[in-house]
Amino acid sequence: MQKWFPENVSTFGGDIDSVFTLIYYIVGFWFLLTEGVLLYFVLRYRKRAGQPAKYVRGDRWSELAWLLVPAAIVLALDVGIEAAGGPVWARVKEQSPAGGVEVWVTGKQFNWDITYPGPDGHFETADDLTLLNEMHVPVGQNVHLVLRSKDVIHSFFLPHLRLKQDVLPGRSVTAWFNATKPGQYEIACAELCGFGHYNMRGVLTVHTTEDYGRWVQEHWPATTEASGATPAGS
Amino acid sequence: MSATGKGEASSVREHAAPEGFWRGCVFSVDHKTIGKQYLSLSLFMMVVGGLTAYLIRWQLAWPETAVPGMRWVPEPTMFEGVVPPEFYNALVTMHGTIMLFFVAMPFLLGAFGNFLIPLMVGAADMAFPRVNRLSFWTLFTASSLLLASFFVPGGAPAAGWTGYAPLSADAQYSGVDWGMNLWLLALALEFASFVMGGVNILTTAINMRAPGMTFFRLPLLVWMHLTAAVLFLLSVGPLVAGAVMLLLDRTIGTGFFVPARGGDPLLWQHLFWFFGHPEVYVILLPGFGIILEILPVFARKPIFGYRAIVYSTIAAGALSFIVWAHHMFVSGIDARLAMPFSVTTILISVPFVIMILAMIATLRGGAASYPTPMLFAVGALATFILGGVTGIFLGSAAVDIFLHDTYFVVAHFHYTLFPSVFLGGLAGLYYWFPKMFGRMMNETLGKIHFWITIVAFNCVFLPLFAAGMRGHMRRIYDPYQYEFLKPLQPIHAFATVAAIVLFLGQVPLIANFFWSLFAGRRAGENPWRANTLEWATSSPPPHGNFVEAPVVHRDPYEYSVPGAVEDWLPQHVPAGGTQETRRE
Repeated sequence: MQKWFPENVSTFGGDIDSVFTLIYYIVGFWFLLTEGVLLYFVLRYRKRAGQPAKYVRGDRWSELAWLLVPAAIVLALDVGIEAAGGPVWARVKEQSPAGGVEVWVTGKQFNWDITYPGPDGHFETADDLTLLNEMHVPVGQNVHLVLRSKDVIHSFFLPHLRLKQDVLPGRSVTAWFNATKPGQYEIACAELCGFGHYNMRGVLTVHTTEDYGRWVQEHWPATTEASGATPAGS
Repeated sequence: MSATGKGEASSVREHAAPEGFWRGCVFSVDHKTIGKQYLSLSLFMMVVGGLTAYLIRWQLAWPETAVPGMRWVPEPTMFEGVVPPEFYNALVTMHGTIMLFFVAMPFLLGAFGNFLIPLMVGAADMAFPRVNRLSFWTLFTASSLLLASFFVPGGAPAAGWTGYAPLSADAQYSGVDWGMNLWLLALALEFASFVMGGVNILTTAINMRAPGMTFFRLPLLVWMHLTAAVLFLLSVGPLVAGAVMLLLDRTIGTGFFVPARGGDPLLWQHLFWFFGHPEVYVILLPGFGIILEILPVFARKPIFGYRAIVYSTIAAGALSFIVWAHHMFVSGIDARLAMPFSVTTILISVPFVIMILAMIATLRGGAASYPTPMLFAVGALATFILGGVTGIFLGSAAVDIFLHDTYFVVAHFHYTLFPSVFLGGLAGLYYWFPKMFGRMMNETLGKIHFWITIVAFNCVFLPLFAAGMRGHMRRIYDPYQYEFLKPLQPIHAFATVAAIVLFLGQVPLIANFFWSLFAGRRAGENPWRANTLEWATSSPPPHGNFVEAPVVHRDPYEYSVPGAVEDWLPQHVPAGGTQETRRE
């Protein structure tokens, strides 16, 4: 089942896939059972000469048990599904592990601005680095996103990392992920945002730790000399 | 429980039906005429909605190629038969809007609700016949405004059928100007129409019941419409307010939903979905109602667990008011809100399990025959089950992070709405056609139609679950811009071919409908040997419905009662009456 999904490359993606699989087996069982019983009844209880239908109203408790017992089992399974899903939701969306790098993402019709703090380590300073539709992160580190929009609602979607978060104008929404495997993965917009919506595509590059260091060197070479200095603009 | 309608009913009966084009058709206040007009309007809009689906599906399978047969559409809407991105967004918007508000509601509530409820409760007409007339023409106006949006500069609305602000709130974002305003006006009028319709259905079903028709002797279809009407009336207010606010944002520059002017886009989503989820049941329940009427008649058995179904329906309806944020798990609402809404959402499975199992249990021990209406009813039931269980995935907040706004959602809601609206509605059409027009439909054509429809539908939408699980976003003009979606082209091609088969599969229906209208076998009063009151009068029923006001003596589904001579006991036949049985 999980093989059909896009390859998972985030720390929490496996948890989401597991909840999917749990639900898949539970509802798959019920689906086959109900369809099977339905099909059996359709084939078995056809009109036959000299065989009248049974007069059953299903209003006695003994009969209603056929409805209520399955309903009770479904209720118990529902509780199980939520018990499994709740902590996963909390891990992805409510908690935010400390440490790692921070990246600002701004959606606009029809591009993603990806902003790094630059050599001084502070955002909204002159040396910020903004890339178009290109995000670079180190493998195995928490990446904290601050998501904003300049115009309409977009949705920042990383299918391989199982992360989706709508991006709203007028608000900053946070999200995080931790990539487990270096490589290039697509960034998609998952909320209809206008005629260019289908083309609002970006690329996430997950670097090995070394590669990421090299990439940082290339893009803000001032890192070494500015690392101990006071942030520009303060 | 005695009916108040008796006096009015007899006064209606004293008058002959008004005749002629104006009094007998355009301004007729007869619920049966109005019901048939709703039927015509919804079937016409279904063709338009189907056409949008055809264009969407072609573009998804073979992007930016000329759609066969569509070269006549002028620029800048289409270019030599090619759908441009702007028009694609308009298509998905119009498809959703048309199918939900201008097909599902007029078909199930307008046509069947209007035609059947007065007959089923034993009334001469709706409680407010003139309001009924007004609600139809209001809907007609709304439909015209909506379709007019195709022809204004800037084109049809393109912000999705959910109309999320600020994309919908300002022409600079979507490029659509008057199309969007017309969309809002059309929706507001549509809601006004169904508010009138809902009041009429409620009043008729509560106040116009024939003597002896207690609430628990009502056919379940009436219960479904009662619940749907209450849900609609309680939920539509916030959305009408939202629509007016959005219209003001667009026209006079208020900023209810525009952050740059001090508003909040999430407010629109709350207003929309607070209505949106009950609305799902407003459509679903009347579809269930049709299935519930048909199953006992052809299984020759009472429905299993009548009261359990009624209570489950009410429970599901009540729950539908506290689940709306499941559409908004990843919208940017406080993350702590998600789990409570996830729990209420998944709890809805409990009343639905009871309803579905009751339908299945009705078949057990039956002596069932499967003419076309029964095929469609059981087909709808079997199809709906997949729509129901896939809702659990989306109801789980954790899984929804990945599946939200993917084709998994698209497949899921088509698996719920297609069975209830289309398969259920067609079951109803085949079943009540004899009552509406006095003639039977052709069985062979009906069966051909059924098998093509159900096989083709599953071939269209089953693969889309798989596309969704690959992360395929919905509302994407050209999916193959994305590397990870490129391998999915064969899935789209398969679904598109199946969709074309599905469209062509409706030819037998159209042929059958018109052929039967003029040349079908005469139906007689009660061709299916059914118990409910609509069968206790001629086909089609006269003006005023019943020559003699019916009196109700028993429950609606008394089939195969032990000791009875016949295997059915109509509601209106007194014990010891002509069709009554001699019990031991």
